[in-house]
Amino acid sequence: MNFPWLLIVLLTPLIGTVLLFVPKRFVPFSDQQIALYSSLITLLFVIVIALQFDISSSATTQFDIAFDWIPVFGITFHLGLTGISLVLVGLTAVLTPIVLLATEYEVQKKNKEFLMWILVTQASALAVFLARDLFLFYVVFEAMLIPIFFLVGRFGGPKKGAAALKFILFGLAGGLVMLAALIWLYFVAVNQLGRGTFSITALSNELKLDAWTERWLFLGFFFAFALKAPMIPGHTWLPDTAEQATPGTSTMLIGILDKVGTYGMLAILLPIFPNASIEFAPVIIGFAALGIIYGALIAIAQKNIKRTFAYISISHFGFIVMGIFSFTSIGMIGSVIYMVAHGLSTAGLFLTVGYLIRQKENSLISNFGGVTKAAPVMTGLFLIACLSSIALPGMAGFVAEFMVLTGTFQKYKIPAIIATLAIILAAIYMLWLYQRVFTGTETKESSNIIDLNRKQILALSPLVALTLLFGFYPAPIIKISESTIAYTMTLVGATDPQPMIKKAVNQ
Amino acid sequence: MIAAVIALPALSAAVLLSFGNRTNKFGPWLAIFASTGSFLIGLWHFLQMVARPAEERPALTTVYEWLSVPAAGFKINFALQLDQLSISFVLLITFVGTLIHIYSLGYMSHDENPRRFFAYLNLFVAAMLLLVLADNYLLLYVGWEGVGLASYLLIGFWQHKPTAAVAAKKAFVANRVGDFGLSLAIMTMFIVFGSVSFSDVNSGIVGAPAWVSLTLGLLLLLAACGKSAQFPLQSWLLDAMEGPTPVSALIHAATMVTAGVYLIVRSASIFNASEIAQTAVVITGAISLLMGAIIGAAKDDIKKSLAGSTMSQIGYMVLAAGLGPIGYVFAILHLITHGFFKAVMFLGAGSVMHATNDNVDMRRYGGLPKVMFFTTITFFIGYLAIIGVPPFAGFYSKDHIIEAALSHSWWAGAAVLFGAGLTAFYMTRMMMMTFVSKSRWHEDVHPHESPLSMILPMIVLSVGAATMGILLTRNHVFEHWLEPITGFVEPEPPLPIQTITTITLSVVAIGVLIGIWQNIKIAKVAPVKVSFVVKAARKDLYGDVLNETLLMRPGQGLTKSLNIFDNAVVDGSVNGLGLFVSGISARLRRSETGYVRSYAMSIVLGTALLVIALLMVRI
Repeated sequence: MNFPWLLIVLLTPLIGTVLLFVPKRFVPFSDQQIALYSSLITLLFVIVIALQFDISSSATTQFDIAFDWIPVFGITFHLGLTGISLVLVGLTAVLTPIVLLATEYEVQKKNKEFLMWILVTQASALAVFLARDLFLFYVVFEAMLIPIFFLVGRFGGPKKGAAALKFILFGLAGGLVMLAALIWLYFVAVNQLGRGTFSITALSNELKLDAWTERWLFLGFFFAFALKAPMIPGHTWLPDTAEQATPGTSTMLIGILDKVGTYGMLAILLPIFPNASIEFAPVIIGFAALGIIYGALIAIAQKNIKRTFAYISISHFGFIVMGIFSFTSIGMIGSVIYMVAHGLSTAGLFLTVGYLIRQKENSLISNFGGVTKAAPVMTGLFLIACLSSIALPGMAGFVAEFMVLTGTFQKYKIPAIIATLAIILAAIYMLWLYQRVFTGTETKESSNIIDLNRKQILALSPLVALTLLFGFYPAPIIKISESTIAYTMTLVGATDPQPMIKKAVNQ
Repeated sequence: MIAAVIALPALSAAVLLSFGNRTNKFGPWLAIFASTGSFLIGLWHFLQMVARPAEERPALTTVYEWLSVPAAGFKINFALQLDQLSISFVLLITFVGTLIHIYSLGYMSHDENPRRFFAYLNLFVAAMLLLVLADNYLLLYVGWEGVGLASYLLIGFWQHKPTAAVAAKKAFVANRVGDFGLSLAIMTMFIVFGSVSFSDVNSGIVGAPAWVSLTLGLLLLLAACGKSAQFPLQSWLLDAMEGPTPVSALIHAATMVTAGVYLIVRSASIFNASEIAQTAVVITGAISLLMGAIIGAAKDDIKKSLAGSTMSQIGYMVLAAGLGPIGYVFAILHLITHGFFKAVMFLGAGSVMHATNDNVDMRRYGGLPKVMFFTTITFFIGYLAIIGVPPFAGFYSKDHIIEAALSHSWWAGAAVLFGAGLTAFYMTRMMMMTFVSKSRWHEDVHPHESPLSMILPMIVLSVGAATMGILLTRNHVFEHWLEPITGFVEPEPPLPIQTITTITLSVVAIGVLIGIWQNIKIAKVAPVKVSFVVKAARKDLYGDVLNETLLMRPGQGLTKSLNIFDNAVVDGSVNGLGLFVSGISARLRRSETGYVRSYAMSIVLGTALLVIALLMVRI
């Protein structure tokens, strides 16, 4: 058996959670420190793992670790790392300490509980990205609703209860349908392979489903993932949740957990249901393109800063889904980069504006104006997040968006062209928001805003650094995810289109 | 090594922006140092290039592999292409850029935060250099949007002014409409040629089907219209004058707005392959050059009048670029001379504003020569250059464009000739209103000459405005210089050159005379009873009205109604489902009778359903 790196990574935040409740005379750290240190240690472990990750390996997963869990049903506790999981584990590991550091004073009361739920969120996100057993995946997929439910319901705005309820109902609805599909899949596997298995690798390599079964099962899983990532028309929980949740919660939710939806499409739907994926791709691409424009247009009309960000994310999830279902290397790798870029920019947007909103306890756009005068540093950091979000070249968001669009354009011209229109809408929703909140005449509300302190700047600067790094040098993400994408393409049976006119030089 | 040209101002901008107020003291000096250094490195490369024979001049430097997905044959390098065309731009950008940095030292000295201003200027220079040095369209796009960002930040530099913030956003959005075209062009290049580098596109376009060059040509034209404020994406440029005047001189006159012309000339092979795309370019240029001139002739705001003029002059360049190999060289020639004479006039306008408490209304100028000697002289040189009086720079570049346009078609020739007359008219009007006429100053205004840091750049630029034409056209030196890159065919106008020159000069003279005659007496307040042309021109020929009625209002309506739809219908149906379920559960609760027999019944039914489900799976 390998050295259980993945188990260690998964346990670190949980140990941190336990330490929070150990009496202080045994642990010489404050709650804040415990949470932060455990997330930093997690990050350290992830870096160690990333350095050992073999990008040229032909194996589907690395660092595998598996125990029997419920042998009767062939359920194992199986963790493994694909290239895509590594990217998303990395994103989770980077964002969590940033959230902890940046939201230090987000909650005055019940701080211990808040920290606990953040760490549990991190652990469940890591578990989802590492699970290689579909049953385990399902369990943690559902489990991660719990910490967010409490984070929204106990630390949110005035309508937090309703928002938390809506969030969990949507989550459960998706989860239930997925459970039904999962059980069905289990029986099909028993029938065909003669043994029950939930191994994702085995299911994708060995199972041959008949067309209609595959379609139904595909739709069952897709339903759950599309509610999570959210695609229109199943998106309405996100604006409500984002409006009520604290900025730290929103970052964890939209920056990390929503990626589980798109991750599930890449890591589960495509490998296990390749034929149905190909069949449904045009419809999904159409919906994605529609969602991109729909989200962007509605973002323009929002009056609340946080709701604007939620609709922007809906638009951006459209891009990620579109890239995945383009079935081109460029589009799919673009989607992986997009998940990272979106995580970074979402964190930047929510966390910087979080400082503003917390000071005034109000997130209406009309409330603010001319904030830049009192808080130039906040303005600058916010603008950088904005620019990455609207895919300005030189930022990570650009590489991602360009690759998704190009990959899609290779196979689906019209949806790609429609989606490209979003670059104009993006400039409108983002810069109009920036204009109304940060520039112009200073309002009474904005005049006594306190700018970021050193610690807060320190917390946010990794976001800026990574955004620029991946904008100019995306090679690490591309190299890590390349072989997994190639494997997925082979499973689906898709090939990259050749240029219409072959280059004389390269042939 | 050439990467240092970009790296120097980029690093300086990064330092000034990240370290903030701590760099306030030396910030402007660091920025000037970076820009000057960049110019000197560029000059060194230029001298080396001149020493090499023509065919060995272009040099490609691959800095690193930027984007690469080998499986898909997708590879885009961060590579810089230094050739005769790009070095011309490098010199123009860094030379004019450095002068404007120096000018800003005086102009921005009273501002709260000159350090931030200089940081943005450096950022602009770096991005613009990347734009002209990139060896492929995607890297060009990085510079392309980079200058857009710098322009956005600088137009909105005085952020507390709502008008500035609105103008900045408008410029960015209009540019993004153009970028939509550029994005699609780049994607099309990739699926057709499997590459987006200039060399691969150039070699691939030769055998490509006609729709490829037509599509690419039109998409690139859209991009150029956005960046270069050409019809129908022109309206942002006039508003962009909200930015500090050095910005208007550097970005919105000499360099950034000409990037569209660069793009077209750089894509010469694409346009050469599509006559329709070329014609579209010529038409766009013709409309823009006339529109800009008409707008420029009606404005009382000196900067807006100059902005109209810029749109018009870029119209000349775009038109020339649309003429194909007979025009590319002259488009770039005019771009360079324009860079000098328009910059000097903008800086002159800035100097006048500096002296009159930031007044921009030409109706309250006049009588300035006695108090502002150098400003008047340098502005006058710029004036002579732009209206095309020999031997000033504009004469040479514009005359060539007129010849080339006449050899293309009568209507293109007529447009440029008429434009030359209009140019003479509105520039004379500006000259009369600002300098020649009697003073009509506001009461508390006491004009004075600007400090040396501002005068010096104006003098240097005016020397360029006076001499660049002769220097670059003597012995056809510029044609020979650019020919290996853009190609060159001698225009064959239907009339002898001397005749054309005579006609042009007569048209110019008529324009000047009308300009003088109409502006002997100038009212302090703009007259209200004016012809419909003037009324329309004062409103930017209804560019904004058109945008508002066709795009903004319907757009606002759409976003608002979609928002209502999303809340009421999409979310409403979800909430409705919730209500429905809770209603059902209330009913169902009655079935919870507490009788064991009914529970047993439901267990039986449930089991039966499960069995049926399992059987279905087995089948």
